[in-house]
Amino acid sequence: MQLEANNIYFRYTAKTPFILQDVSFSVREGERVGVVSPSGYGKTTFVKILAGHEQPTKGQVLLDGKPLAPKGALPVQLISQHPENAVNPRWKMQKVLEEAGQLRPEVLTAMGIEPEWLTRYPRELSGGELQRFCVARALCADTRFLIADEISTMLDAITQAQIWRYLLSEVDRRGIGLVVVTHNPALAGRICTRVVDLRDINHIEREQEKYMT
Amino acid sequence: MDKQLAIKTSGQMFSFNRRVKTVIISVILLGIIIGVFIAGFFIGDDAMSVDFSRKGLKPSWEYPFGTDWLGRNMLLRTVKGLSISIMVGTIASAVSAVLATIIGVAAAIGNRWVDNVIVWLIDLMMGVPHLVLLILISFACGRGLTGLLTGIAVTHWTSLARLVRAEVLQIRSQQYITISRRLGKSLGWILLHHILPHVLPQFVVGLVLLFPHAILHESSLSFLGYGLPPEQPAIGIILAESMKYLTGGMWWLAFFPGITLVLIVILFDKLGENLKMLLDPYSAHE
Repeated sequence: MQLEANNIYFRYTAKTPFILQDVSFSVREGERVGVVSPSGYGKTTFVKILAGHEQPTKGQVLLDGKPLAPKGALPVQLISQHPENAVNPRWKMQKVLEEAGQLRPEVLTAMGIEPEWLTRYPRELSGGELQRFCVARALCADTRFLIADEISTMLDAITQAQIWRYLLSEVDRRGIGLVVVTHNPALAGRICTRVVDLRDINHIEREQEKYMT
Repeated sequence: MDKQLAIKTSGQMFSFNRRVKTVIISVILLGIIIGVFIAGFFIGDDAMSVDFSRKGLKPSWEYPFGTDWLGRNMLLRTVKGLSISIMVGTIASAVSAVLATIIGVAAAIGNRWVDNVIVWLIDLMMGVPHLVLLILISFACGRGLTGLLTGIAVTHWTSLARLVRAEVLQIRSQQYITISRRLGKSLGWILLHHILPHVLPQFVVGLVLLFPHAILHESSLSFLGYGLPPEQPAIGIILAESMKYLTGGMWWLAFFPGITLVLIVILFDKLGENLKMLLDPYSAHE
């Protein structure tokens, strides 16, 4: 299986400049690709398009040569930087997890999720605890590609290591393709089989943009 | 573990925090309102019985609210009137709140033009003076109970609908809704599990806070002669009738029914405020 982005253009409205221009990118099953670039170069926007959370202005995202299905469970799942926005604040954590399908106890233990957290509301958990739930949820049965958008930036070193260790073992075991967005070159070097700098694939006219905004 | 749990629950049962107090007060308020409503049902036609031997009596222990120019017991008539008002208010505000929720949700998840039409309609309804619209609609619907209920129900949904629309728009743009879509959930499922539970508190509080409006408008319409028929002892009718006798010094005919109406309205208002406090997610665990 292959996830590819072909000549993606993106801007919010017809009056604002392009944020992404002619971006092409692809990731194969079992591959672990890092996406780096300084802040504000459109990393998050790009992976949102890749995961079908945003529609590109021009261009296509193809999964195995076919466009992403608008309905049904998508094999491409995104884990975001802000877990507190990614869960319904009125749901107990058990329901949050079950939204992605049946709960698997071995996932909970591997992710370090305490059983008693399941009966809590999101605001009664810390960011790191919530992020574990988001990772567990994204690893639902159908996932073939996982996109991790700075998922460990706000976590302490031990939690980071725990989450990544489990995530990598699961990704390896199931042959999931992984896209890692990060600011941390050490993390990218440690995890990824290949690193892409968005500045190299985003053919945006920086100078022009500077004057326009 | 069990011991810990036991301590936790017993602590919750015996310490009166703000939440428990609010619940108790709300139950008492609701009890009073339901009590008045049920009492009105048990008051039969004897409340309307005419007895000229006791006409025009001032308030006394025997007749706390006095009697009118036909010797009718004003306390019984007032309670009966309040009961009718509560019933009309319940039906009208329930219909109105359901209408508001449906319209609000439709505006927020529908097409752009659906939204535009609904927002325009809300502005239009809010722009026209309330009472004028009420009189027009209830008159057009044939006066009486049906006209009154229709009039109140179709004029009171606007502000709640606007609130629901804003709420749904805000929830719809949340990340967890997108994630839910990408996890393969249908729009209907998302509406039922994500959006409606979010709107429920607004619905309940809006419903209860619509009561006072509905009751007051019912009374004003009846007072003006566009509402309930004169043979029913609605508060509006009682007040309208009493106007003729006020100059004769029978102040209690207007004073007691008026003040109890205001009291019931305040009870509903307080109940609504309490519910708002209870259902607010940020104080849910206090």
